[in-house]
Amino acid sequence: MTENEIKNLEEIFEARIARDEKIEPKDWMPEKYRKSNIRQISQHAHSEVVGMLPEGNWITRAPSLRRKVALLAKVQDEAGHGLYLYSAAETLGISREEMYEQLHSGKAKYSSIFNYPAVTWADMGTIGWLVDGAAIINQVALCSTSFGPYARAMVRICKEESFHQRQGYEILLTLCRGTQEQKAMAQDALNRWWWPSLMMFGPIDAESPNTEQSMKWKLKRKTNDELRQQFIDQTVPQAEILGITIPDPDLKWNEEKKQYDFGEIDWDEFWQVVKGHGPCNKERMDARVSAWEEGNWVRDAAMAYAEKQHDKKLKDVG
Amino acid sequence: MKKDWPLWEVFVRSKNGLEHRHFGSLHATDAVMALENARDVYTRRNEGVSIWVVESKYITASNPSENGELFEPAKSKVYRHPTFYKLPDELKHM
Ligand SMILES: [Fe+2]
Ligand SMILES: [Fe+2]
Repeated sequence: MTENEIKNLEEIFEARIARDEKIEPKDWMPEKYRKSNIRQISQHAHSEVVGMLPEGNWITRAPSLRRKVALLAKVQDEAGHGLYLYSAAETLGISREEMYEQLHSGKAKYSSIFNYPAVTWADMGTIGWLVDGAAIINQVALCSTSFGPYARAMVRICKEESFHQRQGYEILLTLCRGTQEQKAMAQDALNRWWWPSLMMFGPIDAESPNTEQSMKWKLKRKTNDELRQQFIDQTVPQAEILGITIPDPDLKWNEEKKQYDFGEIDWDEFWQVVKGHGPCNKERMDARVSAWEEGNWVRDAAMAYAEKQHDKKLKDVG
Repeated sequence: MKKDWPLWEVFVRSKNGLEHRHFGSLHATDAVMALENARDVYTRRNEGVSIWVVESKYITASNPSENGELFEPAKSKVYRHPTFYKLPDELKHM
């Protein structure tokens, strides 16, 4: 293709985005658009998959059968979310194996929130309430993203997420209406998860290098700071119902702006965790890599069996 | 030995009376496993009463760069639409 032809295609592409048309996998797209999508979708998929680890750990220790089936169903949903997203990324020409390789080698990132430990049962409530809550805000904004397969996966995922948040909130509600110790456990979990949850929306807009282009291509529909503010504004009243305190002395309703002001986020901590130095980064990756490696013989055996069956059928026909 | 599991496309009929619709894709070693996985991945909440799976490599797709040749001729054939025909307002049931 000549330079002129590419320029022409780029103009057509930009015009389609401007008209809010969806881009489908076989459509022409700038290489950078393809790459940004692969990066964003695969990192999102990795987050769903790694996100199963802190909660999976609590399935056998859930305090009742009701809680156990709910947690099990939630974790299974997250596996499903990972699969929808990997499939969406695959339509852009990257293979599943390549994406796993990028995750396992540390080349691809996943949400830093999953590098924090889930140490008490109240953490299961708080993860559902805050972590899934933050994810929902992110994902609702992505339902209108410009790449068709990603947008469709987001619509499916959003439908499934709502129960995740509600089951988490119900856990906390029960603890907060329970004994003094139970309520203290809920407060302790909120103290530990509040700030990392705010970090889930990523760096502030002024320091988010990809935001401008992503907004222009409608890959992202709202900025990090807008989404974070939305999360805070809707979460504060929910904490009030629980009767626990958000660990931010600067949190205050701003009547003029009709939103909450909040304290400084510790961005050093955020970057430390992103760079691999969070409390559980190593544990999470070790768990992923060993699941992949130890499952290798099973995958090979299943493939060998399928091929044998196939050959046998051909022989029978022949 | 190292062979990646092939990709399958999944189509689900959400209820009788409706057509099968493309739901997404997944990896499986064979058709039986593809059906089982499709059930777990795409119908955890009663989304379907019937599933079709087909290995992705068997799907032939039109190329968007040829959309002009393929689809544009239909645009000028307005006489295929009922509104093309000018009939009096008093005429009913037509
Ligand atoms: Fe999810
Ligand atoms: Fe979730």
